[in-house]
Formats: sequence, C-alpha cells, structure tokens
Amino acid sequence: MTQTLASIGAAFLGLLAAMGRLALFTGQTISHLVRPPFYGREFGNALIQIGYFSLPVVGLTAFFTGGALALQIYSGGARFSAEAVVPQIVAIGMVRELGPVLVGLMIAARVTSSIAAEIATMKVTEQIDALVTLSTHPMKYLTLPRVLAATLVMPILVAVGDIIGIYGGFLVSTERLGFNAAAYLQNTADFLTRLDIISSLAKGAVFGFIAALMGCYYGMNSERGAMGVGRATKSSVVAAAILILAANFLLTEAFFSA
Amino acid sequence: MINLTDVHKSFATNDVLRGVNLSVSKGESMVVIGGSGTGKSILIKSILGLVTPERGSITVDGKDINKGDRDAFLARFGMLFQGAALFDSLPVWQNVAFRLLRGSLKKPTNEARAIAIEKLRRVGLNADVADRLPAELSGGMQKRVGLARAIAAEPEIIFFDEPTTGLDPIMAGVINDLIREIVSERGATAITITHDMTSVRAIADKIAMLHAGKIRWTGSVADMDTSGDPYVDQFIHGHAEGPIEAVR
Repeated sequence: MTQTLASIGAAFLGLLAAMGRLALFTGQTISHLVRPPFYGREFGNALIQIGYFSLPVVGLTAFFTGGALALQIYSGGARFSAEAVVPQIVAIGMVRELGPVLVGLMIAARVTSSIAAEIATMKVTEQIDALVTLSTHPMKYLTLPRVLAATLVMPILVAVGDIIGIYGGFLVSTERLGFNAAAYLQNTADFLTRLDIISSLAKGAVFGFIAALMGCYYGMNSERGAMGVGRATKSSVVAAAILILAANFLLTEAFFSA
Repeated sequence: MINLTDVHKSFATNDVLRGVNLSVSKGESMVVIGGSGTGKSILIKSILGLVTPERGSITVDGKDINKGDRDAFLARFGMLFQGAALFDSLPVWQNVAFRLLRGSLKKPTNEARAIAIEKLRRVGLNADVADRLPAELSGGMQKRVGLARAIAAEPEIIFFDEPTTGLDPIMAGVINDLIREIVSERGATAITITHDMTSVRAIADKIAMLHAGKIRWTGSVADMDTSGDPYVDQFIHGHAEGPIEAVR
C-alpha cells in the first residue's frame, strides 16, 4: 500500500516538475521577444517552412473533410427532413471546429515533428553548443523565430483551411447533392458570424504557438543518440496533439459557453 | 591566463570533476589527456560556460567566467568540436563566417564572405567549397571547415576537442600541422583534449593528465616519457595492464 502511494506520489511530482520545466521554457521563449538581437532571416525561413510549405497538406485535408462533412450532414439530416441545413452546418463546423483543429493537428504532425527532429539532431551533434560558443543564444536563434512564425502564420493557414473546407462542401453539395450554388453561398455567408471567424483565427494562433513550442521544447531537451532524437520527435507530436485538443476545448468554452 | 581552481562537476550520482586545478599560460598549447569518460570534454565545456561547475572557480585573466559579460568572454574563444558541429542548413562560408554575420562582431556580408574564404584557404580548402553544404564534404574537410570557423574571428583562446579522432593518419597529420601553425603564428592560447599520442607530441607545449576527476600530472612533452608516474606511463604506451582499469 505504502509502495503504491509512493509510486503515485513520485509520478505526480514528476508531472509537476515537467509542467514547471515547460512553463519556464515558455517564459524564457516569450522573454526573448523583448530582448534583442532578433534573427530576421531565421524568422523569414520559419514563416516559409511552417506557412507556405504547409499549404498543400492543409488544403487537401480541409477539402476532403469539407466534402465528407457535407455528405454526412446530408445523409444524417435526411432522417428528419433537414437536408437543407448542409451549407450552414458545413460552414459552422469548418470555421468553429474542424478547420482550426484539423489544421492544428496537421501542423503538429508536419511542423512539430520536423522542428523537434531538427533541434534534437542539432543537440546530439553539438550544434547547439557550437551556437553558444559563437555568442548566439539558442533560444533566440532557434526557438523564438519558429514559435513566433507559427503563432503568426497559423491563423492564415486556418483561414485558408476554413475556405477550402467550405469549398469542398460546396462542390459536393452542388455537384453531387443537387444544391443551388448561389443559394448555398448565400446561406453560408448569412449564417457565419464575426465571432465564428475570430474564434477560428484565435484558435489557429494558440495552436500554432503550442505546435512550435512543443517541437522546440522536446528538441532542446532531447537525450543523446538516434533513440533520443526519435523519442523527442514522438513525444513532441503526442504532447502537441493533446495540448491542441485540450486548448480547443477551453477556447470553445471561452468563446461559446454563453 | 586561464586558471581552474578546485573545480567540481557531477551529473546525478556521477562525480565527473572532483577538484580540478589547472593553469594555462598565455600563448601556451596545453593538451589534456586521459581515458574515455574521465571528464575531458566537461572540463572544456566548463571553461566555455556550457556547463556550470557546482564548486570552484574558473578565471580568464583573473576574471571569473561565470560572472560579468558572457559575450565578452565568448568573443575571445574559438572552438573546434569533435564532430565539427557544422550547421547543416547553412553553406560552408556562412558556417565559417557565422560570428561575423551577426552580433557584436557583425561585418558587411561581402567582407564576411571574403574573410571566410581566406580562412578556408588557410586550412587548405579551395574557395569552391564555400557554397557547398557541410553534408557534401568528407569528414576531414568538415573538420577543416570547423577549424576555419574556430579561427574566423581571430580568437585569443582556441579549444580543440579530439581534433584528429576519426581521421586517417595523413589527414590527422594535416590537422596537427594546421593547429601547430595557427597557434604559433597567431600567438593564441590553445587547449586541446585528445587520446591521440601522435597528436599530443605534435601540438603540445604542456600536457596535463586527467584521471579520476583530477589532474594527476602536468609536464612538458619531454618530461612525459620520464614522468615516473605509472598512470602516465600506462596511458602513453597504451598498456592494458597497469593502475588504470580498462572498462571491458
């Protein structure tokens, strides 16, 4: 019994210590925002890597999800003669929920893993130490540009995902389900509110911050060897996905609970 | 110039440095020898401020490296890492000129590139490698690029971590000659850690042997063969039998 309690206590303390380390890392990252120097070229590269090169995966994911959502709502709505709500539900579903969450998870898979693997490899090959000896702070050079770029570019990716998702639903609805194109677009525009759009973009920013931060955190704290790099990459994606889903719940609660 | 006094460093239950005392004079080439896992790399990393000792002091020209302006200390240091530690995403010339492209030593891009190419020539590499990525170079060439990066900002103190490990004997000889030339022509202070006794004899003014977390012996290359210390004798002659237990 005592041993069981001790194990639970040790696990709880370990969790608190991990949360403390993450909080400290987050604080340090943010603190570098207001302390020069800034590495503009690194920031620009991160914007392109995280934003521009994620567009295909974001677009494809959103397109197929929007199309599938239209089919599901149509067949489900048919059970109680509510097929006409397809445009509204696709719009609200994509903008409030599926757009930001799916883009967030795709970014976690694509960007978080890539950042964690890159930084972890730099750590095990002493490139991080080399940065320090060259008078360059690794948090400023590696972490801040990536976290800032992901936070700023994710709302744009989410907006693109929302639009393409709605377009996927529109295509399926008009080409396959016989909806009138003009009426579909009118219903979509009429139903969406400013709050829906703001919540979508805000979620994007938060999810981008989480995705990049997790990649950097696990990369910087990687253990030695190929196994260490692999473990850091896996842990970063799992942590980012869980935190994105948890943050999504909290943000939905904050925006729409009333 | 560089003084380590009673430096202790441990990781969890592993006491790596257990009271290291070492002095390196200005312009001297000090080589630290010792078996694997004796803390040679931690010793260098402690001087560079990459790890912080729990106890003891490390001073450069009488100033504690863990107090005061860290960047000012780092600006005086150059480091060649064991695996070169070149930045994969940057072309060779930007690796060499890294310090000259940012921070307090920042120079215009053209000037930084010209310096990088001159340093590459200094280590025997042609200008045509300047725009290649590190992954496109052989291990020996990467090591030379690392050496060019270490000297690009004309540091007063240069650290070499296992500079010849993994190189064939000819390339190891080339690197040893380069280190000797660079250190003597620039009057720089050098601290090298290595297992390679050929390298030790080629580049050392003074040798220190690290064993069991402490400096066990110091002396010149000439003194090394007649030290009378069984640990030093066993190490420099590579005998399996002796007071140093080989980890099998």
